[in-house]
Amino acid sequence: MGLEEYKGVAIFAQQVDGKLSSIALELLGKGKELAADLDTKEVTAVLIGSDIKGLADELAEYGADKVIVIDDPELKEYRTEPYAHALASAINEYKPEIMLVGATAIGRDLGPRVSARIHTGLTADCTSLDIGDFPLEPIPGKESEQKHKQLLMTRPAFGGNTIATIACPNHRPQMATVRPGVMQKAEPKKGAKAEIIEYNPGFKPDHKYVEILDIVKEVSNVADIMDAKILVSGGRGVGSPENFKLLDDLAEAIGGTVSCSRAVVDAGWKPKDMQVGQTGKTVRPQVYFAIGISGAIQHVAGMEESDIIVAINKDEDAPIFDVADYGVVGDLNKILPDLTAKIKEARAAKKN
Amino acid sequence: MKIVVCIKQVPDTKGGVKFKPDGTLDRAAMLTIMNPDDKAGLEAALRLKDSMGAEVTVITMGLPKADAVLREAFAMGADKGILVTDRVLGGADTWATSSTLAAAIKNLDYDLIITGRQAIDGDTAQVGPQISEHLDIPVISYAADIKIEGDYVIVKRQYDDRYHTLKVKMPCLLTALQELDEPRDMTPGGIFDAFDKEVTVWGRADLKELADENMGLAGSPTQIAKASDKVRKGAGEKVTPDSPQEAVQYIFGKLDEKHIV
Repeated sequence: MGLEEYKGVAIFAQQVDGKLSSIALELLGKGKELAADLDTKEVTAVLIGSDIKGLADELAEYGADKVIVIDDPELKEYRTEPYAHALASAINEYKPEIMLVGATAIGRDLGPRVSARIHTGLTADCTSLDIGDFPLEPIPGKESEQKHKQLLMTRPAFGGNTIATIACPNHRPQMATVRPGVMQKAEPKKGAKAEIIEYNPGFKPDHKYVEILDIVKEVSNVADIMDAKILVSGGRGVGSPENFKLLDDLAEAIGGTVSCSRAVVDAGWKPKDMQVGQTGKTVRPQVYFAIGISGAIQHVAGMEESDIIVAINKDEDAPIFDVADYGVVGDLNKILPDLTAKIKEARAAKKN
Repeated sequence: MKIVVCIKQVPDTKGGVKFKPDGTLDRAAMLTIMNPDDKAGLEAALRLKDSMGAEVTVITMGLPKADAVLREAFAMGADKGILVTDRVLGGADTWATSSTLAAAIKNLDYDLIITGRQAIDGDTAQVGPQISEHLDIPVISYAADIKIEGDYVIVKRQYDDRYHTLKVKMPCLLTALQELDEPRDMTPGGIFDAFDKEVTVWGRADLKELADENMGLAGSPTQIAKASDKVRKGAGEKVTPDSPQEAVQYIFGKLDEKHIV
């Protein structure tokens, strides 16, 4: 494999129902930063779907220099095979040195299939990406074997207990899936344009194409917890679905959004899209209220990057206190109503 | 129908996690369990066996002690067990692992392959889809419900805000979520039989379809640059107020100090 033929950064611009997913813009933001440290400073978005060309301008505004548009009726709804064929073909044709994919349900299905097809490494669920040397330190006597300008991919493993940095020195592209909500979008530049490349590798349904019999969308009225500046998050300790009213009230008073732990979803009190944690969403709001949440390591993995963590729990040994900036041992039923009232009062006073 | 279920013996990540000096995992030093998503996948296979008849073969790749996880599968009701183990297969990343398992599965007859979505040690969710690519068969990830209709599998698959009901012709590969099926307990009779049953052990020489350059540490495109225990942000303050009013004062004071209210 001629590694030097591979140049620049590419990102998979995930769209669903003709709307770009937030992760696509986050990957562009990170891709820009990485490209600045490479010889070829271009970021290319690979946009795959049906009737989606109109999204190219939005990708340009968020930093894409080029947009490869693969538009075909077979790509209307996500299916592994036509999407894998599209992305793998685009990689073989345009040869990026780095290929980033969101660690969404779609990306975590697509990424491994594509990496296996084109025979390269894939690092899952990255939370940090850098350009650097591999090995990190030269091996004495083998200094010349150290490779430069490599993608260093950092990810948690073992339920968040460990953190590993991984490289892919001898295969291209260097592929990573990136956890949503971790990378920052760039400030959009209104009116920016990208070079549009229309590409179609041809789609002939074969035995690997699955047939979609039915699609059921779960209608959600919940604001996306990943966009919230303040999250009021409840765990099993809240006691009942009705008791989440206390959290709703606090969230309304302080201008926040309600989220929850896995235990609450498992109990059927709240829908899955409100869940914070390793099997839910990764969040990093300015303030995270952990209310009646014990703080299992899987939960902490999804919220520990929050700027300020306030925990209320009646169990003084709850592990959540190990990560909380401000921990209060006490009864949430008694504290929350008064706290909500006090915040309302203060906000009203400010207005006057 | 012949079903192959890939299972993995994993360190119980609730316990301590240890590394060897070279940055690779020191699996020998940790307690182990059957990976939860794989166990749900095995349960799904056993339910198909119960309802329509099937031969369930479990396969695992690992150290010789991974034999224990096959015995556990026997005790739940699996018919055959294969342990793929060889020093030269060690240190494999997901590419090399999936290449190795695919080569092993090529030795078998199968209609359906089930893997767990992801293992709780690596959390990559890559090996299942990668095996399907190496075998050139379709994959459906995150199966939430599985039905067989003739030569086809009907799968309800969940992602983000929607469910897809998909129809696919066998042979195919499904990845199972822990939520798919609550695993059954081992039965006393099953446990008894589990130790009489023979585990088939395959080494490098038994994997005819596996190329040298696709296995073990040397056949792994990804390499670990650094691995360490996570350094967590330390605990902040913890107070035990005498009254709810005092608690409210404390929290409000902190929020006010940070200009959040």
